[in-house]
Amino acid sequence: MMNREPEQYTEGEVLAPPTERYTILGWLHKNLFSTWYYSLLTLVTLYIVYAILKPTLIWAFQQAEWQVVVVNLRLFMVGQYPADQIFRIWLALHLLAFTAGLAWAIWLPKARRLGAFLLLIPLALAALPFISTTSKINWVIFAVAALLGWALGIWQPRRMRRPLLILLLAYFPILIFLISGVEPILKLVKTNLWGGLLLTMLLAVVGITVSFPLGILLALGRQSKLPIVKLFSVLYIEIIRGVPLVTVLFMAQLMLPLFLPPQIKIDNVLRAMAGIILFAAAYMAENVRGGLQAIPKGQHEAAWALGLNGFQTMVFIILPQALRNVIPVIVGQFIALFKDTSLVAIVGLLDLLGIASTVLAQPEFIGHQREVYLFIAMIYWVFSYAMSYASRRLEVALGVGER
Amino acid sequence: MTKRVFYLLGVLVVLGMLLAACGSTGQSNQPQAVKTVVVTVQAPAKGGESPSGFGETLKTVKDRGYLICGVNAQLPGFGYVDDQGNYKGFDVDFCHAVAAAIFGDPSKVEFRPLTAKERFTALQTGEIDVLIRNTTWTLTRDTELGANFAPTTFYDGQGIMVRKDSGITKLEDLEGAKICVATGTTTELNLADQMAAHNIDYTPVVFETADQVFGAYEEGRCDAVTTDKSGLVSRRVTLKNPDDHVILDITLSKEPLGPVVRQGDDQWFDIIKWVVFATFTGEEMGINSKNVDQIKASTNNPNVKKFLGLEGEMGQKLGLSDDWAYNIIKMVGNYAEIYDRNLGPGTPFNLPRGLNASWKDGGLLYAPPIR
Repeated sequence: MMNREPEQYTEGEVLAPPTERYTILGWLHKNLFSTWYYSLLTLVTLYIVYAILKPTLIWAFQQAEWQVVVVNLRLFMVGQYPADQIFRIWLALHLLAFTAGLAWAIWLPKARRLGAFLLLIPLALAALPFISTTSKINWVIFAVAALLGWALGIWQPRRMRRPLLILLLAYFPILIFLISGVEPILKLVKTNLWGGLLLTMLLAVVGITVSFPLGILLALGRQSKLPIVKLFSVLYIEIIRGVPLVTVLFMAQLMLPLFLPPQIKIDNVLRAMAGIILFAAAYMAENVRGGLQAIPKGQHEAAWALGLNGFQTMVFIILPQALRNVIPVIVGQFIALFKDTSLVAIVGLLDLLGIASTVLAQPEFIGHQREVYLFIAMIYWVFSYAMSYASRRLEVALGVGER
Repeated sequence: MTKRVFYLLGVLVVLGMLLAACGSTGQSNQPQAVKTVVVTVQAPAKGGESPSGFGETLKTVKDRGYLICGVNAQLPGFGYVDDQGNYKGFDVDFCHAVAAAIFGDPSKVEFRPLTAKERFTALQTGEIDVLIRNTTWTLTRDTELGANFAPTTFYDGQGIMVRKDSGITKLEDLEGAKICVATGTTTELNLADQMAAHNIDYTPVVFETADQVFGAYEEGRCDAVTTDKSGLVSRRVTLKNPDDHVILDITLSKEPLGPVVRQGDDQWFDIIKWVVFATFTGEEMGINSKNVDQIKASTNNPNVKKFLGLEGEMGQKLGLSDDWAYNIIKMVGNYAEIYDRNLGPGTPFNLPRGLNASWKDGGLLYAPPIR
């Protein structure tokens, strides 16, 4: 007995620290009413919340005329994208769901609860009362596609690794191909018809995707020992980071066409995209640089000791670790960019915010500012929150910060 | 040594990417191009750099197969997108009229929503063929911005709105009144000028934004509120009881709004001018989209015959087909129809014609003869 005890400890039967258990009243007492001034504070706060919530809820459920949102739902989602071509957007979404499901199964096979939670979102959307039957069916297909991808990944985790990488790399070109179309295979949908949430999303996705490689190059350039490359990178990063995004957008929209020869015409959505990409690249570069600097020098030395040259060291040893470290930061930047894209409304694009203003000019809905702006604020919030929640869980699953 | 090679490689990759971006889409490195150009090249002369020679614009538009029309997408009554994703509004209908005259098909228009700031740049650089975006005709714009103004389609002007039960009907009734106005605008100055000219005492109640101005008016903090009439009209609809308020038949400042084209292509300018005149003429002659076919079949009036393309080859003189005006009236309507559809009694605005009536009814719309 006596000499067994230490053995038990080494086998890991350490008791967990005791968890606190309270009754409801006990919890209330500890957290809200522990002293008289806490009680006062609680009551005052409760009253303020009540005072704000009551009129808001009364307005939202009794006075607000949500008809403006229901009637214009398509406009809010995809802008003027032709109704008979919307299946292409759905196709892109289904493919995304499939890819995400596959990636989930292969990289995060343990995070089933979160996966199930995410799967509930499209099903919940399908259950919304005011959307069309086509949309409902498509949301169900979306969920099925995600489940299919996940099942495939669970069934053949090793074999599906390469297809997944190909899918991930090919998704962006496929997305652009589907949305914009190439004659004669798919009808061309010009960028002036892109709008609403579709345009907002595309601006953010294109902005992050294209600025990612640019940002890596700039970050490497900034650490370079070649003076011209270094100077260019530093100048670029610091100049762009020193100007507000709206300035860059104005520059792209107003000045650019004046300087280009008249034969070259770039439409205004592409100009806005270019502005956003160049802007995001500077911030991306700084994020990546943070990741690079966090890699201990020993990694370089170990790589050299193995006989890798500079290029190999960077590509196989340093960058993978550095990028893994900055995933949460990049997701954060994506969320910020997603909201920043609303600035394009100022330069005349009909993104989610721009569409809101034009909906408010419809004669039958004049004066519905509160409904419309609350609705788009909800959309921005739902997407931003979903992304930040997913990224926090992703960090846990990837073990970032637990090295 | 290997490090050097690596960094050199890095530079090459950067350059390669920039070149690739330039070659394939031409988008991602453009602002960099700007940076260099800003230093070395002065901006090209105003207005002159795009298709602008005589007949160039019409040729460009016809080759392209559709018209590009710069509009306001956020102005009630004048330009907005309906729930089906189609542009609607008073200005938008004039874009359709131009397309009907050129192509015989009013749908051959691409709309480019523009902000007030970018509208003239878009016109100068040839991004749009014509700007129909509630733009006031002023001397400065006509000369320095390289723009040409087609006939005014909407005579806007600063107006005054009061409560119906106040009994105010003319400027003199505002003696001693409190008037809500946005500060720092020409509106405020115009009001002061006009009141001084008529020797009327009043108290201006100034606010920063239009929302505050109308909020204060609705709360009863002033007897009257002033801004552009088209603005008053759209704001009145948002008040709790729009019918309790009336827009006075007073104009404090002149805001003639109409289509704008680039200087340098007189043929294109002529086309836009006469498209507008054709809508006026249709109303003057009593020809609208419903009776145009019947009149075309039965008329003996030589002026009407010339207008509808039965004789005189008027369209060819403009570089268009002879049924250009017929197409406008048939497919879009005459001025009265366009006005009534977007601003008239059937709409929430119910804006009286006022200055925008035909000269026959005491308004300012007067088209030179088509002959």
